[in-house]
Amino acid sequence: MGGFARSRWAAPFLSLALLVALLSCWQLAVRDTAPTTRMDPEYAALMGATATTGKSAIPTPVDVGRRLVAAISDPFYDKGPNDKGVGTQLAFSLARVLLGFGLAAIVAIPAGFLIGMSPLAGATLNPFIQVLKPVSPLAWMPLALYTIKDSSQSAIFVIFICSIWPMLVNTAFGVAGVRREWLNVACTLEVSPWRRAIFVILPAAAPTIFTGMRISVGIAWLVIVAAEMLVGGTGIGYFVWNQWNNLSLADILLGILLIGLVGMALDRLLGWAASAFTWRE
Amino acid sequence: MTHPYLSVEGIARRYGARAVFRNLWFGVERGEFVCLIGHSGCGKTTILNILAGLEAPDDGALVMDGHEISGPSLDRAVIFQSHALYPWLSALGNVAFALKSRHPRWSKAQIEARARQALDLVGLKDAAHQKPCELSGGMKQRVGIARALSLEPALLLMDEPFSALDALTRGTLQDEVGGLVGGGKQTAFMITHDVDEAILLADRILLMTNGPDAYLAEIVINTLPRPRDRANLHRQPGYYALRNHIVDFLVTRSRVLAGERPVHWTGRDVPEVIPAAPTKTLETLGT
Repeated sequence: MGGFARSRWAAPFLSLALLVALLSCWQLAVRDTAPTTRMDPEYAALMGATATTGKSAIPTPVDVGRRLVAAISDPFYDKGPNDKGVGTQLAFSLARVLLGFGLAAIVAIPAGFLIGMSPLAGATLNPFIQVLKPVSPLAWMPLALYTIKDSSQSAIFVIFICSIWPMLVNTAFGVAGVRREWLNVACTLEVSPWRRAIFVILPAAAPTIFTGMRISVGIAWLVIVAAEMLVGGTGIGYFVWNQWNNLSLADILLGILLIGLVGMALDRLLGWAASAFTWRE
Repeated sequence: MTHPYLSVEGIARRYGARAVFRNLWFGVERGEFVCLIGHSGCGKTTILNILAGLEAPDDGALVMDGHEISGPSLDRAVIFQSHALYPWLSALGNVAFALKSRHPRWSKAQIEARARQALDLVGLKDAAHQKPCELSGGMKQRVGIARALSLEPALLLMDEPFSALDALTRGTLQDEVGGLVGGGKQTAFMITHDVDEAILLADRILLMTNGPDAYLAEIVINTLPRPRDRANLHRQPGYYALRNHIVDFLVTRSRVLAGERPVHWTGRDVPEVIPAAPTKTLETLGT
């Protein structure tokens, strides 16, 4: 047993075993219980499978698997505004997240630099940050819809707002925390302020800044689903909401699975980018 | 009256009414190696930071080569106690960063060649592309030494540069620094609390009393011949007299003399002592 616990395959094997166990429970819990009383076929059709065979309304893992295969085999079809492939929907969501997140990075990283470098700027902006940071990004949605008037751009604005705070706070923290001795070295070398900012402070704060970016992109991916449910039209959030209107629970579960997978991919991507800029002592 | 190359003129550091040290006067001649010894709390690091221009004194002034010191300068290179290398740059990158600051107009190739030469000098030819995290403590400090020496500074400042190293590495590095810096090659000022290090490297040793309100009690002149090396230093006549004098000072006199100034004390005429003078050594050794 001790040998197994130390093996590098132990955790993946247990994960797989747990997955199989959970899927089996799921399959058993929602299986057809028994054919219920005979009824008039037309009435049965009206009542649906739940009434006629005792089948649960929750789809089985096999149903979701079938939907997944179908969705992946044709991810980019377009059969009108309410029926687009999941690939297309994910692409819309990703584009919004990356645009909003990118704009936020352009604002938050320089602003965080300023706050970190200047205690006065930090103290001046701190009350604003403290009040605005806890506001749910969706609370900005009506204001955005009124001022921007375009629902898709409003969603991008909401992503922008929710991405700003972790990057701003982390950049400020990283910049303010650059070791005194590293700045002293730059001082004795008479390094100009610009060169010091780019070649000393930026690399020194890079790991902290990347942590902020990672948190931001995670929050942005959480918020985009909710935002798209509100604004509608396109995106994976709208897809999930649309499937709720279609009462297609299999597609909703498919959406949940895809949201999770894409979110994980985003986080890993930033994790790799961060490791390229992270130094060890 | 002739002025020394570096002249420290009545500097002080105060926190409110309490002085860490005050009315501190001393000079460093061109090519001279001066060590300052004292216990923690007498303001040693502050004095070095003031010399480096990283801090300003609360009183007094510093004059180097006829110009007042009013901030950091490439002419005064510092070897930091904690090596202070940039962990995201390689050993070569760290030296090159300093050289780029010193010679903004040099080409990349020129800077790299000069940086390699500096690393070569401290025996790190093969570690040029390694990051600080891949280097041992001694190697990191060697990079710090190469970085400082590559600037060809008018004054080399060292803040307990070997105190974070193990005893064996420390000894080797002390010998190497003695070879690179000692004997008139480089004007240098070093903070230390290691008596043997001071005897090995310094021409003159400044003794500070304990803080607060510390002052310069004595200047010990080290007459032991150069080149010195650790293996034979303790066989030199006068070595024990010198060492005993400094140890006595650190163990007792730095405490006894602390605070109250002697009568007629001005801070400017610090007594100079030569414990290793040949006449005295015979008595001390009892031969």
